[in-house]
Amino acid sequence: MENTSLLSQMAENWMLLAMFTLFIGAILWALRPGTRALHRDTANIPFRNEDHPGSSETEELQK
Amino acid sequence: MGNYIKLIALGGVMLFAALAANWGRDIAYIVHALIIMAVAAFMFVRVLRQMEAPVYATPDGYMDDVVRAGVIATGFWGVVGFLVGVVIAFQLAFPALNFEVLQPYGNFGRLRPLHTSAVIFAFGGNALIMSSFYIVQRTCGARLWGGNLAWFVFWGYNLFIVLAATGYLLGATQSKEYAEPEWYVDIWLTVVWLAFLAVFMGTIFKRVEKHIYVANWFLLSFIVTVAMLHLVNNLSIPVSIWGSKSVQVFSGVQDAMVQWWYGHNAVGFFLTAGFLGMMYYFVPKQAGRPVFSYKLSIIHFWALIFLYIWAGPHHLHYTALPDWASTLGMVFSIILWMPSWGGMINGLMTLQGAWDKLRTDPIIRMMVISLAFYGMSTFEGPMMSIRAVNSLSHYTDWTIGHVHSGALGWNGMITFSALYFLTPKLWGRAQMYSMSAINWHFWLATIGIILYAASMWVTGIMEGLMWREVDANGFLVNSFADTVSAKFPMYVVRGLGGVLYLGGALIMVWNMYMTIRGGAKVHAPVGVPAE
Repeated sequence: MENTSLLSQMAENWMLLAMFTLFIGAILWALRPGTRALHRDTANIPFRNEDHPGSSETEELQK
Repeated sequence: MGNYIKLIALGGVMLFAALAANWGRDIAYIVHALIIMAVAAFMFVRVLRQMEAPVYATPDGYMDDVVRAGVIATGFWGVVGFLVGVVIAFQLAFPALNFEVLQPYGNFGRLRPLHTSAVIFAFGGNALIMSSFYIVQRTCGARLWGGNLAWFVFWGYNLFIVLAATGYLLGATQSKEYAEPEWYVDIWLTVVWLAFLAVFMGTIFKRVEKHIYVANWFLLSFIVTVAMLHLVNNLSIPVSIWGSKSVQVFSGVQDAMVQWWYGHNAVGFFLTAGFLGMMYYFVPKQAGRPVFSYKLSIIHFWALIFLYIWAGPHHLHYTALPDWASTLGMVFSIILWMPSWGGMINGLMTLQGAWDKLRTDPIIRMMVISLAFYGMSTFEGPMMSIRAVNSLSHYTDWTIGHVHSGALGWNGMITFSALYFLTPKLWGRAQMYSMSAINWHFWLATIGIILYAASMWVTGIMEGLMWREVDANGFLVNSFADTVSAKFPMYVVRGLGGVLYLGGALIMVWNMYMTIRGGAKVHAPVGVPAE
């Protein structure tokens, strides 16, 4: 019984904190400054390698 | 060497299936054993005939033949699922359609899970698998990993569907909504799903693009989460290895909670995250411009992942589930509104600067209405999860209307537009055979959904109000049968909406057939797919 309540305490507090931190961290990471070019490049992935598998050079190809 | 192992394994499966067919305790199990025996025998002969065949090097290009098969399967299962839906809609309106000669196989109780599984898992599942295979190759710039493993996924998944569907008709069900198939079918699906995960992950690992495009995040989360949900919700112990019946490990309210943790996240990760993966690829492709905000798409992803998993308890308001749990589910459902609308806005705003295509391109129009229905049902859902609203809406047809505005509107329409995008591309045609037929499909489907959703709102709210109506002395005014007869006209309207939706799908299948058979007959002035 002791063990169970200890585990549930940890789940309620530390897990909650960890998940919340991870979530906020992921969002802040997405919003970090200086990613405009990177995100523009990634967003254009669907417009590359349309008909044939690409080679590593295609990633340099930027619209 | 590998072929000998395959032959031995297939022979073993045949032997086991033959024993199972002989000793089976129930008809569903016996029929399934015979199906598995036939499939294993077919595969045995196939492997045997290819024993001495030369082994060819892996081709360089994309593996598109499995995607083509998936496109055809999606169209086929769509029509089957919608047809069964129309039949059961009219069975509710006219109970005489539960024909005496077809009992017990053709009654509503057995056809209803056939409908839900056919549309969600057969139509939706094939759409997700084939578009995952298409998208992951294009956005990774790499051929599918694992060679014929992708074919195993395709045929294995469709075998799962056949086993599930025949099982329902023959009376094998574990009575868990959207998870009706019995234990051995569940085990088979687990095997297939892990192969699917391996193909998808393997392709991502060998990508040439540095970054993983956001559509793949959604698709991967769909694959991983569905595996987890499926395993936990289907923990059961078979009564006998020679029978289909199994007993659930969880019981009582725990079982209910696990079921709706599964059930709601099946909606969240199968019907939402998976189809959002399709959306984040096909909408930018068809619009010819990258997604509106890549940052927003990342936030959309993480918010959806972190929030959805908690929303399940809102299916269990006013039950034995503790209040704090259902409040938790309710609160998370309402928070979910934000990322959902963020995603919808992201999809719609992708058309910024290309809004004229809405007038000229019927495929874009289908994508836009799909996103609009995504927005509408992700607003309606959180509202219905509020306990006070739920006390009126729960157990009524409002819920059915809500599900169908999401499934027919969001999932159906985005799948149709993906099929219209892929069919010409995969068979090397300039465009679909008939662009005006797409237009017909669009309007038939849209009007069908509107008839469906509107009639279910009216009848659901009426039903809820009639159930809670009490007279001056506190006695209930209406019996259950009163609500049934009051709902009759709305049931007919709902059935008609289904007929229109099915009609649209039939036009699509005809259009696909004509496109595959030969190129475009008429040159529509507009609507040439991007690139």
